[in-house]
Amino acid sequence: MALLSFERRYRVRGGTLLGGDLFDFWVGPFYVGFFGVTTMFFTVVGTALILWGAALGPTWNPWLINIPPPAIEHGLRFAPLKEGGIWQLVTICALGAFVSWALRQAEISRKLGMGYHIPLAYGVAIFAYASLVVIRPMALGAWGYGFPYGIFTHLDWVSNTGYQYLHFHYNPAHMLAVTFFFTTVLALSMHGSLILSAVNPQKGHRVKTAEYEDGFFRDHIGYSIGALGIHRLGLFLALSAGFWSAICIIISGPFWTRGWPEWWSWWLNLPVWN
Amino acid sequence: MRKTYLKALGALLGVALTVFIARTYHRVTTVQRGYPGLAMEVLETNVALEKRLADNKLPFALPPAPPGGALAVDTYQNVQVLGHLTTAEVTRLMTAMTLWVAPAQGCAYCHAPQRDEAGNIKRDEDGLPLADPNKLGSDELYTKQVARRMLQMTMHINQDWKNHVQDTGVTCYTCHRGQPVPPNIWFNPSGDPLANRALGGRGSQNSPSKSVGYTSLPADPFSHFLVAGADNIRVQTTTALPGSNPGNTKKTEATYGLMMHFSDSLAVNCTYCHNSNSWSSWPSSPLARGTAWYGIRMVRDLNSRYLEPLAGTFPPERLGPTGDGPKLNCATCHNQAFKPLLGQSMLKDYVVLAEAKPQPAKTVVPEPAPEPSVDNPEPAASEPAPGPPGPGSPAPGEVPAPQQP
Repeated sequence: MALLSFERRYRVRGGTLLGGDLFDFWVGPFYVGFFGVTTMFFTVVGTALILWGAALGPTWNPWLINIPPPAIEHGLRFAPLKEGGIWQLVTICALGAFVSWALRQAEISRKLGMGYHIPLAYGVAIFAYASLVVIRPMALGAWGYGFPYGIFTHLDWVSNTGYQYLHFHYNPAHMLAVTFFFTTVLALSMHGSLILSAVNPQKGHRVKTAEYEDGFFRDHIGYSIGALGIHRLGLFLALSAGFWSAICIIISGPFWTRGWPEWWSWWLNLPVWN
Repeated sequence: MRKTYLKALGALLGVALTVFIARTYHRVTTVQRGYPGLAMEVLETNVALEKRLADNKLPFALPPAPPGGALAVDTYQNVQVLGHLTTAEVTRLMTAMTLWVAPAQGCAYCHAPQRDEAGNIKRDEDGLPLADPNKLGSDELYTKQVARRMLQMTMHINQDWKNHVQDTGVTCYTCHRGQPVPPNIWFNPSGDPLANRALGGRGSQNSPSKSVGYTSLPADPFSHFLVAGADNIRVQTTTALPGSNPGNTKKTEATYGLMMHFSDSLAVNCTYCHNSNSWSSWPSSPLARGTAWYGIRMVRDLNSRYLEPLAGTFPPERLGPTGDGPKLNCATCHNQAFKPLLGQSMLKDYVVLAEAKPQPAKTVVPEPAPEPSVDNPEPAASEPAPGPPGPGSPAPGEVPAPQQP
């Protein structure tokens, strides 16, 4: 990896959360740090466990390899390795790796004197994963509610879990999550096209400034959210999508066990028209 | 200053959220019905489970009838279904039927009432009509005719639909639950006045109904699937690529409506019978789906052979908006339990309902029987009145039964 000659000066010492100077170094372009080491550790161990689980299973077809969680009857106890214990260890490794990754982002942010927006945003994704395999299983009382680690099997889990509530699209938090996902895509595509239209002109044309970007949207819809605002909005939309995804699965079971369509009977029973 | 307000507001919201979460959280009980991680599970809150257990307590079983004695066909008049049973068995069954179907109304709900000279119905101190012990064989009331047909239906279910009801079987109580009209029945919906207009016809959709789990699906899946000559469910394509799908959107919506009814009636979800990986695949479906397949056919059979033909017997107030009789669906027996009465068998205590038997001829008595007359009917020559205290039926066989006209 070729390094630019001036890059060294951006490598700021200190700012570590754990490990002091011990891991405060770079490998090639990558900052290591204590949490870089733990990320690597959990990733390697977790991947090895998945491979071991695959070796125990009946197939090496990558679509069909499956690391299932324990049966519901095991509750919140540790299960025997071949009856879901591997899944439990892989889950620990995954969370260890994800959290380490977020903390490494935090350390880099501290080094550079930046805000913690990036680790916080990534934390929402970790929260969504933890909702599926830790928070909801604990609320329901068994690790067996987590999704299996396999390409096809996790899709079967998603489908069947949805149909446990007859029609998951009636889940109000799922509605919000889907809406935020689509709105995120809309906002990102509009922002991307706007920026390209201004700063990536055809040959012979001048690069336009932010005034042009604002001008376009003022002409178009009467308002421009501005260069800073669009990124705040984008982050809000994207994090809301992940956040409500997490909520929509946490409430399915611990807070509602019937069909989601039936949940809306509070609306049908409003005194206004009932 | 502003920050203080914001902090207070945040704290308040936090407290409200915590209280809300704590109040709406429910402990659940789960039955895992598939491979671990496949998410084929039936979940229920423990509160709902306890209520279901309470709702499905069996009524006490009456003590067995003493063995022996004359057959009902010899003891009573106009016995068409239970003639092969002993008088004591019939008395016991009549008592049970009263408790199961008309506990508040008593014998006179089905049996002809006593009348004074002016023709007014005699009533007990609660104002309920008293059955006439001399006219127990009378088919004056429509309820008596319906009850006879329902007895036949019960025996038919227990005898011929074992692939749905197994040996658990059904009794009157399975559906009636102590009420003259079972809590869950259905009628054909009244027609949509806008159905044939260019705009506005809804096909009974988008009007949330319990029958389809409050979805936007057509609210009447029953007349599509649960009557004679009904459609089979063939809406899933059998090939990966388009070209051979025998279904269409309307059939699919009606199918899903029926499936919502299944789920609601049994208090289960789709994964009770299906792995949603492939709805139509039998190998990946739980065995319960096979039971349900027979159930669909059973309900069709019962509706077309027993319920629909009774429409002419019912009085107008028992008919639906289009003049059809009450019909049954899954909820009629299941009453929001995966097995009716949670799989507890009442039939074992009432084996007389297990099968229909050929009716024996009346025993020929050597001496000439006393001539029955309309004005003075033979007191013993009728069915026993149900319900405690029974109108002490005379010792069986004491009086020679009159020949039926």
